[in-house]
Amino acid sequence: MNFSCGRGAMSITSSSAAWKPADAVADQFPAGLRVLVVDDDPTCLMILEKMLRTCLYEVTKCNRAETALSILRENKNGFDVVISDVHMPDMDGFKLLEHIGLEMDLPVIMMSADDGKHVVMKGVTHGACDYLIKPVRIEALKNIWQHVVRKRKNEWKEFEQSGSVEEGDRQLKQSEDADYSSSANEGNWRGSKKRKDDEEETDERDDTSTLKKPRVVWSVELHQQFVAAVNQLGIDKAVPKKILEMMNVPGLTRENVASHLQKYRLYLRRLSGVSQHQSNLNPPFISPQGATFGPLSSLNGLDLQALAATGQLPTQSLARLQAAGLGRPTAKSSIPMTLVDQRNTFSFENPKLRFGGQQQQHMNNKQQINLLHGIPTNMEPKQLDNLQHSGQSIGNMNMQVASHGAQNNQNNSLLMQMGQPQSRGQVLGDTTVSQSPGHPSSMGQPILSNGMAANFASRNGIPENIGGPSYNTVSQASSTLNLPLNFPMNHASELPGNSFPLESTPGISSFSSKGVFQDVSSEIKGSVGFMLGYDIFNDLNQHKTQSWELQNVGMTFDAPQHSSSLQDDLHIMQSVSVQQGSTVQMNGHNRSAAIASKAMFSAGDIKEHGNAQNVNQHLNNLVDNARRVKSERIYDTSPANLFPDHFGQEDLMSALLKQQDGIGPTENEFDFDG
Amino acid sequence: MDRNRLQHQVACMRRSLFDQGYLDEPFIQLEELQDDANPNFVQEIVTLFYSDSARLIQNIEHALNSRPIDFNKLDDYMHQFKGSSSSIGAKKVTNECTVFREHCSAENAEGCIRSFQQVKQEYAILRRKLEVYLQMVGQAAVSQTA
Repeated sequence: MNFSCGRGAMSITSSSAAWKPADAVADQFPAGLRVLVVDDDPTCLMILEKMLRTCLYEVTKCNRAETALSILRENKNGFDVVISDVHMPDMDGFKLLEHIGLEMDLPVIMMSADDGKHVVMKGVTHGACDYLIKPVRIEALKNIWQHVVRKRKNEWKEFEQSGSVEEGDRQLKQSEDADYSSSANEGNWRGSKKRKDDEEETDERDDTSTLKKPRVVWSVELHQQFVAAVNQLGIDKAVPKKILEMMNVPGLTRENVASHLQKYRLYLRRLSGVSQHQSNLNPPFISPQGATFGPLSSLNGLDLQALAATGQLPTQSLARLQAAGLGRPTAKSSIPMTLVDQRNTFSFENPKLRFGGQQQQHMNNKQQINLLHGIPTNMEPKQLDNLQHSGQSIGNMNMQVASHGAQNNQNNSLLMQMGQPQSRGQVLGDTTVSQSPGHPSSMGQPILSNGMAANFASRNGIPENIGGPSYNTVSQASSTLNLPLNFPMNHASELPGNSFPLESTPGISSFSSKGVFQDVSSEIKGSVGFMLGYDIFNDLNQHKTQSWELQNVGMTFDAPQHSSSLQDDLHIMQSVSVQQGSTVQMNGHNRSAAIASKAMFSAGDIKEHGNAQNVNQHLNNLVDNARRVKSERIYDTSPANLFPDHFGQEDLMSALLKQQDGIGPTENEFDFDG
Repeated sequence: MDRNRLQHQVACMRRSLFDQGYLDEPFIQLEELQDDANPNFVQEIVTLFYSDSARLIQNIEHALNSRPIDFNKLDDYMHQFKGSSSSIGAKKVTNECTVFREHCSAENAEGCIRSFQQVKQEYAILRRKLEVYLQMVGQAAVSQTA
């Protein structure tokens, strides 16, 4: 199977339709190694493809990171190793690396013409298993299989050592994969995938075969529980054993938790390292500057704090969010936004943060409230600037938005706009904010949280009465976002794990014939990451029911009581995506606005239909005439379609919106079960 | 005899391209990648390189002409250009790209403009030579089958 992304045609059925990767690999390993190579340089890409083919590998090439991610998400277990360039226009190679590591846990090899120690080190810290300097020689490619084997061996070791219910894991994985196969894949893929799963099942003991490995799928829900447990224990005291106990998930092993924790720590470290390094904010957790991102990073409320610190998020809401975020693992963890968070955990700038907060609200856990006291509401511009550069933290994002002020009005609005959706329900997923002068619709802004967005809006002169922060931005939206932020938000809760139903939706829209991603990318540099990260586009062209199926599948790991809400969230997301799909034709700018609005709408409306009106109003307020019309149109269609069911999900967005509107935070707003 | 002469000429030209530093090791890799399955691989890659380069050169021109000059973007474009030129073994071009990037990081506009002229020049020279060379290669191949 050879996918030529960027070519507009997905040729699932190729001459190798009967190809059984598992078989081939087992027999002639490393021949048949399934490699996904990502590089925006067409010359290099073609050369690499030829070289890899010469090595007898099965090559799929891709010229965009987002496309690569969708391919990977759609074909879980469809690849053995990923080779990616560092410098790519739509997404930083390291971000892609993080995503892949978290979601698919595949070995990733980075490449670059840059051989500076700093860059190579970055590869190491981000978890790349190798770093090749361009021009790449074929000899270097001949040995990449070692990374695959090594990883499998290590995983197997973990698995074997776990000593716990291996059967359970296997079955769990198999059922999940099977589900994914059936709903996510089409045609040949399904067959071969199922076959592979079966083979994996039987050949697990074989170390040398590289295609099989028992993998725990870190679903949104599961990751939520994980993060909640970690937060409760305290990031420093969180040991796998205790986390495992707290999570109380049958079939999960200590080793699963340990490796997940390792990744999570890495992510947190990176996040806090960057943000602390970059900002002038004080280290203390609750400093008046609210600068600390480090400690915050371990909380779902990290973003919240950052937001609060930047003065964008009202202290109270931040407190609430944090409290919610730090809620017990056993609390309703169905977080509407979780999905997105997870998906976008690390590298994308997305309002996962907000999600974190939102989720937390569900928890009704107030333990963090007092933490927020004293958080200032104003970030100094300098700090903002510093933060901006890091591009790694939410604070940065916020800072950027705020600091750019007039210049980035549109950015801000877009940011907020995007931010809104994200926070709402993370519908929008990741957003890579990038500069695209001349690309007004560069979206990548979801970094702002709801509260944040609202504040920014006001800061930037945006009318205050916006239902949600993002709304504000929308109204301002105009030109390009000059925020090259990269903001791994939410790692706190998000670990996307392997099972993001949303992401795995088969909607190939991202890279294949639809060319949606391509279009989006070209139009909205910044937003591509954002939108795609969320995989909304993936869903755009997807059949709604299909995606819903996927979502259900993805929930297999969830605790029963949460699964429905989580699924609901997923559905919402899907709905949103689907809805958004209808707006694909809009120009990038409007699209982002519309989508954002939509996302916001859907997110906010999860359970409280009463909010819908607010949302609607807000949307209207935010969007300028042109956009407004579009938003409204989208919006109008959504309520009925998007939320046919009653979602018992509290939406942080709506809570924040209410706050923005001056409504005092009320407990019931966070009440999940409405 | 013609065929031998052609082949000889091809070999000589190839030799001089390497000796004079126009081409480097990666080009040999390209030649080695060419096989029966892809008999025109080198030509295809070089053609792809030309079109991609044209685009990048245009972008760089544009960026150099805008005020104020966005050095980050310039560096970005040049990084791409350097990446692709190095991947085909265009040694002199790649070296000029490196000089350009140095000026870029120093935010030396004049230096950038000057070195960009060099880049374009080397690129033009290489392109001419390669076209001649590959044409000869093609002729030799044809004469071989004749």
